[in-house]
Amino acid sequence: MSAERLQSGSFEELALPLFDQLYNFAQWLTQDRAEAEDLVQETYTKALRGFTSYQQGTNFRAWMYRILRNTFLTSRTGLRNAATTSMDAEDDSVPAVSDPDTPESILIERSNQQLVQTAIEELPLPFREVLLLCEVEEMSYQEMAEALAIPIGTVMSRLSRARAALRNNLRGKLSKV
Amino acid sequence: MACDSWLAKLDTYLDGELTASEMSAFDAHVRGCSSCAASTLARVQLKRAVRSAGQRFQAAPEFRQKIRAQIAAPSHPRRSLSWFWAAVTLALVLGAFLTGWIRQERGRQGALYSELTDLHVATLASTTPVDVVSTDRHTVKPWFQGKIPFSFNLPDLANSEFTLIGGRVTYLRGTPGAQLIYQLRKHEVSVFIFPEQALRLNTRPEALFTHLTFHTASWTQDGLRYFVLGDVSPDQLQSLAALLKAAK
Repeated sequence: MSAERLQSGSFEELALPLFDQLYNFAQWLTQDRAEAEDLVQETYTKALRGFTSYQQGTNFRAWMYRILRNTFLTSRTGLRNAATTSMDAEDDSVPAVSDPDTPESILIERSNQQLVQTAIEELPLPFREVLLLCEVEEMSYQEMAEALAIPIGTVMSRLSRARAALRNNLRGKLSKV
Repeated sequence: MACDSWLAKLDTYLDGELTASEMSAFDAHVRGCSSCAASTLARVQLKRAVRSAGQRFQAAPEFRQKIRAQIAAPSHPRRSLSWFWAAVTLALVLGAFLTGWIRQERGRQGALYSELTDLHVATLASTTPVDVVSTDRHTVKPWFQGKIPFSFNLPDLANSEFTLIGGRVTYLRGTPGAQLIYQLRKHEVSVFIFPEQALRLNTRPEALFTHLTFHTASWTQDGLRYFVLGDVSPDQLQSLAALLKAAK
């Protein structure tokens, strides 16, 4: 009994600080406010219920993201997304290096937030999520591997492909400006 | 291309995931290779752009409240909860809270300092790094009048190793401020000055912070937040900071 109580106290303290970032990530996945709220609520419900099976000492944040992501993938939007996402993203090969870098002058001024947001939105889901976990959540490769349930090598290649895709997309957009 | 093997590791380098020895080898190479330095700058800027574009959605306050209530610990403590467990709970909760808080604080600091590093690097990479070119503080200081909503004092550098190169107006999180460029031998150091209140940083100034081989010293004085940033040694950085703090 006391142990249960102990855990419910620490769940709140561990899980609540993640609320803002989980919500942000959820809305990036679902692209819809109501769906993001449902997703976050379900994540917290599942995590609270499963907290006894959570192994102390392992990465709690990665564990929460993993629940959120699994919940999303089995939701209607998630299933639709999986059906349309090209499996290219699962390719482990690292892309050729010699692609030129983004026209940085445009990004220096930071006036093009909207442009970058649209470019992220247009990335296929596997690219979008790995990029956001790395750049926004600043997760380590190990943490991303746990959150996405994939090997570190796949994290690295997927991240690299996601960045190349983003640079390509931005380059296309900027040439039209 | 000779640099292909470096470029292949560039992202891993910027993600801080190379081994310590690879990291320092990379540092050394980037310093000496202008083409890799340019690629590094471009990638850093893209990372920065994605980070700020990615922090996009905020939950409604009512929804946050709903989740908070949903996961709140039961409000009536069970009788079987002994004092021992109460003490352990408290210690764990405090520990978790503190770690969470410190981590969050580090995250915020990290984002802030990487933004400043970007500004510094972008300024130096620019063809016109400064808008007012002068080694005379009595020229540089008045130039800012009417351009930024505050005033500041600059030190007399007669007895120091530093030279003033000039200044420009800069922006951090939408707040206008002053950026001054100082030189110490071949190294450039940026001094950023912003009105503390307008900046609303929610972080305390940190005496010394290191990001991507750049050191930053920061403090608050007379309602202004100062950041001194450059690739000189921490001691040299602190000596410029001391001069600025003493400026009349």
